[in-house]
Amino acid sequence: MSQDTVNIIIDGVEIQATAGQTILEAADAAGMYIPRLCHHPDLPPGGHCRVCTVKVNGRPASSCTFPVSEGLVIENDTDEINAQRRRIIEMLFVEGNHYCPSCEAGGNCELQALGYRLGMLAPTLPYLRVKRELDATHKDVYIDRDRCVLCGRCVRASSVVDKKDAFGFENRGIKKRLSVDAVHGLGETAVSAADKAAQVCPTGCLTVKRVGYATPVGRRKYDKTPIGAEIEKKTAKV
Amino acid sequence: MATTTTNGKRKIVINPVTRVEGHGKVTIHLDEAGKVQQARFHIIEFRGFERFAQGRFYWEAPTIVQRLCGICPVSHHLAASKAMDVIVGADKLTPTAEKMRRLMHYGQTYQSHALHFFHLASPDLLFGFDAPVEKRHVLAVLAAFPDVAKKAVLMRKYGQEVIKATAGKKVHGTGSIPGGMNKNLSIEERDALLKDADTMLAWAVEGLDLCKKTTLENAEMLLAFGSFPSNHLSIVREDGCLDLYDGKLRAKDADGGIIFDQVAPADYLDYIAEEVRPWSYMKFPYIKSLGKEDGWYRVGPLARINNCDFIDTPIAEKERQEFMALGNGKPINATMAYHWARMIELVHSAEKFKELLPDPDLQGTDLVVTGTRRDRGVAWIEAPRGTLFHHYEVNELDQITRANLIVSTTNNNEAMNRCVNVVARAHLEGKEEITDGLLNHIEVGIPAYDPCLSCATHALGQMRLHVQIIGPDGAVVDERIRG
Ligand code: SF4
Ligand code: SF4
Ligand code: FES
Repeated sequence: MSQDTVNIIIDGVEIQATAGQTILEAADAAGMYIPRLCHHPDLPPGGHCRVCTVKVNGRPASSCTFPVSEGLVIENDTDEINAQRRRIIEMLFVEGNHYCPSCEAGGNCELQALGYRLGMLAPTLPYLRVKRELDATHKDVYIDRDRCVLCGRCVRASSVVDKKDAFGFENRGIKKRLSVDAVHGLGETAVSAADKAAQVCPTGCLTVKRVGYATPVGRRKYDKTPIGAEIEKKTAKV
Repeated sequence: MATTTTNGKRKIVINPVTRVEGHGKVTIHLDEAGKVQQARFHIIEFRGFERFAQGRFYWEAPTIVQRLCGICPVSHHLAASKAMDVIVGADKLTPTAEKMRRLMHYGQTYQSHALHFFHLASPDLLFGFDAPVEKRHVLAVLAAFPDVAKKAVLMRKYGQEVIKATAGKKVHGTGSIPGGMNKNLSIEERDALLKDADTMLAWAVEGLDLCKKTTLENAEMLLAFGSFPSNHLSIVREDGCLDLYDGKLRAKDADGGIIFDQVAPADYLDYIAEEVRPWSYMKFPYIKSLGKEDGWYRVGPLARINNCDFIDTPIAEKERQEFMALGNGKPINATMAYHWARMIELVHSAEKFKELLPDPDLQGTDLVVTGTRRDRGVAWIEAPRGTLFHHYEVNELDQITRANLIVSTTNNNEAMNRCVNVVARAHLEGKEEITDGLLNHIEVGIPAYDPCLSCATHALGQMRLHVQIIGPDGAVVDERIRG
């Protein structure tokens, strides 16, 4: 055991983590899935969505930003926490305009997959039916804000990886929306379909054009196994 | 319910028509002398897709468009895909893609025709039009002919399995995409379907025989019912063969004379126009060269069998010849002949399963082609209920700027109105009260055309029927509620 190793307990299971890891990273490495939405492994954590909230020594904290330290006792997969997560996902559904059966992200969408995994059968909250704009001005990439969950992945990717800073947020609260750094839409930015920003959207919002429904039902990402299964699979090896 | 009377006319309202999926309303307008002045079939049709599609991307259309029809989503899925083939410049699909789509379409036709015949039509044919209302229902068929009903359920299920294997899902599949397909048929899927293909054909033939037998036994009544001459419109293959998936447009007059033939999809507006009438949301298409008065036509199984020169599957072709013999070389113009024609197509679809399923092209991996991008795409398909037109315009940002759909039911709109007129004149004239017979006859006539009304949310055969006769002074003189 090296100096960098710290011991933490997640849902009663003792695991070894590396100092500097977040709780979420440590859990991933141990094959324990903590639901998350705004987090992306290739990007710095955002801490926006709160889906990854766990209890650390009894107090709620977002696991994608919380660093591990010796002796942390973490609750993750409990009814109480999962109910809160389900509520967040449900709010995201009713805040936007999501028509999964005809959405090209269906089956590959993390929001939809989280809904399934967390047992959200049908939204119990009223739909807000907000009007949100579609930005089709770019020839290869589009933004369908009806499906945006404001996770900020594209913002971070464009800034940190692509070094273009093409995306940002404007307004606050329920009026918050994804903005692009241009007057007349995405078409005026330097964004390209090959950018990291165009690859990381968890939903069908920021999408590369003309891909459409290329993957048949049955072979899409979450058709066979629920979201998180790719992390839990690792457990076998541990 | 509208009950106002104007100009001294009396109006009978029948609302809704039972056993038609969705909402429908019939009004019969009588004059002072009690004569039928006009009968109208009102359809509360889905609207708004044309607007809804605006701004969406062309590759979304085949999937989105399925939301507008709960009854034949697969026909819309394929018609939109075909229009988008034109947009992406895919002028010839790969054999795998073309055959997969055809298989999907025959699956759709098979399940839809089986459902229609056994659930909607067979009560009329098996029990007669004047049978008490509790008999004119699929549950009565189930009780009296348990074997027939059981087979119908399994036939429908088989058709849905074909759809699932090709489209990916039984409803809201995504299999067909611009330029081709996103999947082929796996060996496992093929074998599962092949296993029952013979049975499906045998049962289709049994159904056809049952339909034929009851029709011929009651020919005098059935074939005379709702019979009126019309033009017939459908697509046919270039050699004149019946083709439900693709072909060029042909129109025949009531005597079988060709009005036009081999019209390409892109030219449809030169031949077909749509009339708007103030009392209906649904348009009335007509053949331009004949004008609004005379240019209306029938579509669907009857028009297709009348229009084609032959069928390329042996049993259906033999049956077609027998059917056409009724008309001594001329088109059949009897409304109830729709059922018979539909069953010939049911058999044809089952024969096509047997032809296509063993074809190794279905396991090919070359699924999509593209070519030079275009900004206008028009395509059609013979949906179970009749010719379905899809027309899109797409801008350089890939967005749909305009969509125009002429659905089967719209194409049959005037024919259904004529049918209601003919029936009302024959069965109502001079009568002061609403009889069961009258209601039954109106209810039998419309479903023969199999209109696809806006949504299939109502359980079949469980609608209420509300009829009113309004006197010249606007007062209700007779009223009945059924159901
Ligand atoms: S983005 Fe996801 S949740 Fe939203 S409609 Fe598409 S598949 Fe459904
Ligand atoms: S566009 Fe996608 S990646 Fe960007 S904030 Fe919205 S949901 Fe997140
Ligand atoms: S994944 Fe941690 S806050 Fe979103």
